[in-house]
Amino acid sequence: MLNKNLVIADRTFSSRLFTGTGKFSSSVLMEEALLASGSELVTVALKRVDVADAEDDILRHLAHPQFNLLPNTSGVRTAKEAVFAAQLAREALETNWLKLEIHPDPKYLLPDPIETLKAAEELVKLGFVVLPYIHADPVLCKRLEEVGVAAVMPLGSPIGSNKGLLTREFLEIIIGQSKVPVVVDAGIGAPSHAAAALEMGADAVLVNTAIAVAGNPVAMATAFRMAVEAGRMAYEARLAAPVAHAKAVASSPLTAFLDM
Amino acid sequence: MSFQPIFEAQPWDDVKASIYAKTAADVERALAAPHRTLEDFKALISPAAAPYLEQMAQLSHQLTRKRFGNTVQLYAPLYLSNECQNICTYCGFSLDNKIARRTLSSVEMLQEAAVLKDWGYDHVLLVTGEANVTVGVDYLEKALRTLRPHFAHLSMEVQPLDQADYERLIPEGLNTVLVYQETYHRDDYKKHHPKGKKSNFNYRLDTPDRLGRAGIHKMGLGVLIGLEDWRTDCFYTALHLDYLEKTYWQTKYSLSFPRLRPAEGLLQPKVEMNDRELVQLICAYRLLNEEVELSISTRENPVFRDHVVKLGITSISAGSKTNPGGYAVAPESLEQFEISDERSPQEIAAMLRRQGYEPVWKDWDATLVGLAR
Repeated sequence: MLNKNLVIADRTFSSRLFTGTGKFSSSVLMEEALLASGSELVTVALKRVDVADAEDDILRHLAHPQFNLLPNTSGVRTAKEAVFAAQLAREALETNWLKLEIHPDPKYLLPDPIETLKAAEELVKLGFVVLPYIHADPVLCKRLEEVGVAAVMPLGSPIGSNKGLLTREFLEIIIGQSKVPVVVDAGIGAPSHAAAALEMGADAVLVNTAIAVAGNPVAMATAFRMAVEAGRMAYEARLAAPVAHAKAVASSPLTAFLDM
Repeated sequence: MSFQPIFEAQPWDDVKASIYAKTAADVERALAAPHRTLEDFKALISPAAAPYLEQMAQLSHQLTRKRFGNTVQLYAPLYLSNECQNICTYCGFSLDNKIARRTLSSVEMLQEAAVLKDWGYDHVLLVTGEANVTVGVDYLEKALRTLRPHFAHLSMEVQPLDQADYERLIPEGLNTVLVYQETYHRDDYKKHHPKGKKSNFNYRLDTPDRLGRAGIHKMGLGVLIGLEDWRTDCFYTALHLDYLEKTYWQTKYSLSFPRLRPAEGLLQPKVEMNDRELVQLICAYRLLNEEVELSISTRENPVFRDHVVKLGITSISAGSKTNPGGYAVAPESLEQFEISDERSPQEIAAMLRRQGYEPVWKDWDATLVGLAR
């Protein structure tokens, strides 16, 4: 059967498009776009929501049964801060799912591998379903897998850059050897990038800027939904191998001696 | 290590001459460059860039939207005190100005805070003059403790402090410190700050280093435009930013570009910067640095503010009062400077929405640095 469902921890997803909630021009538009995307896992920055406010503008617009919230720790700089923030997020948003983001560098928002591994290990012990945002580092992915994360989220290119799968070589290695789902996060700027990630065998992608900043975010969310479905379908249908365009008959054949 | 040797290596007159010598070819090279350097920045703020303003604006708009999305952060100043032992020729709070002095008590701070909360604010900038006995570190610590439970993000624009003082205040919820050099022209600085602790140019110049070493999350830089040649002063701001970003790479940065406004009985700007030039500066900062936050206050008039939102600005104040107690406790007292945009925060939020921007009230949480809610 094509388009098999994705399972992360104890949850089954029929959509392989995960989405973010930042950078939209309004919460209403965000809601419409996310609904159009078909996404079932939506990440929310703790810093943007007021969990004490039942009428919080962002959370109010995410109150749909198909949206599972994935709180993220964007803003923390250390494992210690991440663990503290995660516990408050779990309590306030009533989910033990967590997108672990530790980027001490506020300029490029690149993840700190050392702090991320430390925090992941502790959070898993505390019962969290941890999805760490990391560089496309195959060894780090295996180390994270060993401490019990539910999935890994390597970046395609710098976050918000829309540059696509610049880390392709490393993503292929990660996908090839991972025992947990691989979600390509950050840098996906066009539906074609998302399709390419799924064709490669990524289990899902997470997209935010490319949808939020598009001329028409709702239409772009639909385009991403279709691209992700197409990419996954192509992967499951098994792509034909690319043809090597070597000349059929070389001028100095290497096997001619066999005919002598 | 500090910024001083880098600063000293670039004498004012040389920098100024090299900015004014930039040509159209330099500007075109800067516009086409994938990664712009400080030399490119000189070209973009030079008179030679004036004919390229629309192109700069388009680029700045695109870059800002890519990084910050369709959002603009809202914040308000909360003036805690106008006591000051400095003489600054351009400031309403200057020691030699005969105005009624007031420093808010904790109860008064909370009264002021209640108004800002009602308006929807979660990011607040605490402002004082420099009066180290009555408004020293103890007072600032008390202010942070009093106000932190009520706001998501607290910034401070007060006298420069020692590193140990910053280290004491950061765990109390101090997230951001704004410290403007006013001018990087050493002699002119002396002229405008003849008396008080502020007259020490080097201590002020080293403040961002002390903040960086203390591990501050965000700091804001800038000069007071009107004291000296703005192009040269803003080049030094960019040079300072470049050094700080590389040295204190875990800190976030924001830039401001306040133009000197008339204040009670004070000097007129030596150098006038017109609206076109301010737009040029905003775009040039963005073209140099895609990630830096750019902030605009109510010093600027409504028409100008409405239009620059699209050109690179990422945070904006609204409904501001620049007198301690101005929101609730003593609304009639004298302001530090005259406000040009009197619109309420709700009117500014509506203006942003009309232009397709989401007004962001909250973009920080104390729990991210391990503080209880």
